[in-house]
Amino acid sequence: MPKIIKNGQLIDDEARILILDESQAPEELTLAAGPVFVPFAVWQAHSGQLSGRADLGVWLDSHEDVAELVPDLGSIAAIAINFPKFTDGRAYSAAALLRTRYGFKGEIRAIGDVLRDQFFFMQRCGFDAIQPKVGKYSDAQLEEALASLKDFSAPYQAAVDQPEPLFRRAQRAA
Amino acid sequence: MYRYDPYDQKIVNERVAQFRDQTRRYLAGELTDEEFRPLRLQNGLYIQRHAPMLRVAVPYGLLSSTQVRKMAHIARTYDKGYAHITTRQNVQFNWPELKLVPEILAELATVEMHAIQTSGACIRNITSDPFAGVAGDELIDPRPWGEILRQWSTFHPEFAFLPRKFKIAINGAREDRAVIQCHDIGLELKRDAAGEIGFRVLVGGGMGRTPVIGAEISAFVPWQHIITYCEAILRVYNRYGRRDNLYKARIKILVKALGIDEFRRQVEEEWVFGKNGPNTLTEAEVARVAGHFTTPAYESLPADDAGYVSQRAANPAFAAWTRRNVLAHKVPGYAVVVVSLKDPSRAPGDVTDVQLDLVADWADTYSFGEIRATHEQNLVLADVKQSELFALWEKARAANLATPTFGLLTDIICCPGGDFCSLANAKSIPIANAIQARFDDLDYLYDIGDIELNISGCMNSCGHHHVGHIGVLGVDKNGEEWYQVSLGGSQGNHTSIGKVIGRSFAAAEMPDVVSKIINVYLAQRQDGERFIETVRRTGLDPFKLGVYGEAAVKERKQNA
Ligand code: HEM
Ligand code: SF4
Repeated sequence: MPKIIKNGQLIDDEARILILDESQAPEELTLAAGPVFVPFAVWQAHSGQLSGRADLGVWLDSHEDVAELVPDLGSIAAIAINFPKFTDGRAYSAAALLRTRYGFKGEIRAIGDVLRDQFFFMQRCGFDAIQPKVGKYSDAQLEEALASLKDFSAPYQAAVDQPEPLFRRAQRAA
Repeated sequence: MYRYDPYDQKIVNERVAQFRDQTRRYLAGELTDEEFRPLRLQNGLYIQRHAPMLRVAVPYGLLSSTQVRKMAHIARTYDKGYAHITTRQNVQFNWPELKLVPEILAELATVEMHAIQTSGACIRNITSDPFAGVAGDELIDPRPWGEILRQWSTFHPEFAFLPRKFKIAINGAREDRAVIQCHDIGLELKRDAAGEIGFRVLVGGGMGRTPVIGAEISAFVPWQHIITYCEAILRVYNRYGRRDNLYKARIKILVKALGIDEFRRQVEEEWVFGKNGPNTLTEAEVARVAGHFTTPAYESLPADDAGYVSQRAANPAFAAWTRRNVLAHKVPGYAVVVVSLKDPSRAPGDVTDVQLDLVADWADTYSFGEIRATHEQNLVLADVKQSELFALWEKARAANLATPTFGLLTDIICCPGGDFCSLANAKSIPIANAIQARFDDLDYLYDIGDIELNISGCMNSCGHHHVGHIGVLGVDKNGEEWYQVSLGGSQGNHTSIGKVIGRSFAAAEMPDVVSKIINVYLAQRQDGERFIETVRRTGLDPFKLGVYGEAAVKERKQNA
């Protein structure tokens, strides 16, 4: 079973990321049972019947605005945000907004071009689940990659994981 | 100056360990070129024409003698015996071996230095006034604010993958010496009517392909809120800046597209949420950081040292140097010394390991152990007693560090260009050296007076050609190297972007072209007018005429 990082640990996870191809209209889709992240468009088309399903999450692409999910946050168990390329940094702001402004308490998962050298930043911005592409890392590599979550022990600035900046957390010598 | 506490040191040490492991994984084939690229760039490591280039951060341009000795050591041990001062006050090494870079970073960490965020699509090294703390026109010392913002921006998790690079500059004096109008964020320290410190904030300036002068987004942000305000700007930019086209990805393009009023509205709307939050600065933190930038133990001295006065009278070469490279200091009896890196036999901004060691020694002997790097690619000893200037000059002259041309035509700003940089259209260093060779007569240079000539090897504008009084830009014409000339650019309070005068030139023509431009100026100048003032008054026409001749100008007009 594929492994993901959840709260700093490796766990098995079988959720599918549903990706529509060009020919599939979100309205006409019928969803199979089982854990899945559906695209935002599918959620919009079916939110009535999908709402509250504990094994269902919604995924947003990096250009989609998290604010559009706000009315539904109470009925969504998990949100995934896609990194189309690891250099597309919009997902960091999206996750931070979900946590701080919109108070989302469910899972926020990083999906797409997700690489270990960005794990630290993801975690700081409020991602509690990290799912590299299938085949990107072996289980052993992913185990090793957990170390990247701890690259820096005392960051300067406030972020989701550490809501106070260093100058408020620590008594720094003059 | 700022000294690391255990937290600062730990972050830098952890960075060394992180990059060591990243380099190991890259060399072992676990990281692809594409994956490693932003990682190495955020550590200042470019792959250029011959070898990697390592850019080391010099926050707000301030260095200790210990740090400069370490730079000398690195130049000697890992490089070819020299380093390069950049137009953003950083230091570059042109020849390090990739696999040794982690070693270099480990050495730098022992003297509280690093290469964090000196390149890449992130918040870059924060630049400032090289005369901070000693200039007579200073209102507020920018250095503590530079340090506060350095810490905030270091590994900011939300802004490590912006659409494009992001540069911040701070100035705290009447005259802008930090080019704040050409930065993504330009900060001008000021006081409000109640005497409270705050910042005038400019946004969306920049050079590169599309030069833009920054627009005022706020007339006054109180100091407590400067971090949250910058975060609001960055969040709007990170979310809405263009990512589809590298050339349209800088914040200046977003600000232009939205208009400054709409951009401001979006920033203010965002700021509502961050303002007064945990990133709001505290008096204790500002006091802690400011406490590092203490006034040195100045002696009380007469305003004019008698010995200095008579040395100048007795020695014309010394007098010439003091006239250009020695600047007024706010404390009586002291002076600010520009250690010139514009010896015509070297690339502008280059400095050897031996010279670096010497400058470090002089800093210890004469200037409280501190050195500054300027964006005009010189070094500065900021606190020298007038009575010691002569001794310093003799040593500097012997080391080819006393070229008495600060602010003159041959004090050229110049990017590495085609000799090093793989993006270059044309070489820039040989053009600088050829112009320096042409104008080697000091009296003539003094007569020409204050003027800035800036050269970039391509549109990226690393050599600030857009804001040179004379700007030279390398262009590619059918695979050949040509040079386009612009006039009327300017940095400082009256920042302006230069205008191209006409068709471009071959390298061999360039000294003549500059001569012709200077001749027009000398013929046109009215009493006491500086070059840039003449250009502003007359416009480009007389210069076009002088450079291209009457026939060519007429023909162009007819064709236009
Ligand atoms: C291998 C060497 C270098 C490469 C590949 C490089 C690349 C670039 C690029 C691509 C830009 C344009 C960015 C943009 O418009 O978005 C740029 C701008 C700039 N670079 Fe460099 N550069 C190099 C060396 C240097 C050096 C040595 C200096 C200083 C002497 C420097 C200082 C600057 C400055 C001041 C800008 C203008 C910033 C602005 O547009 O606001 N660069 N560089
Ligand atoms: S201006 Fe162009 S040639 Fe010069 S250093 Fe920058 S990128 Fe290279």
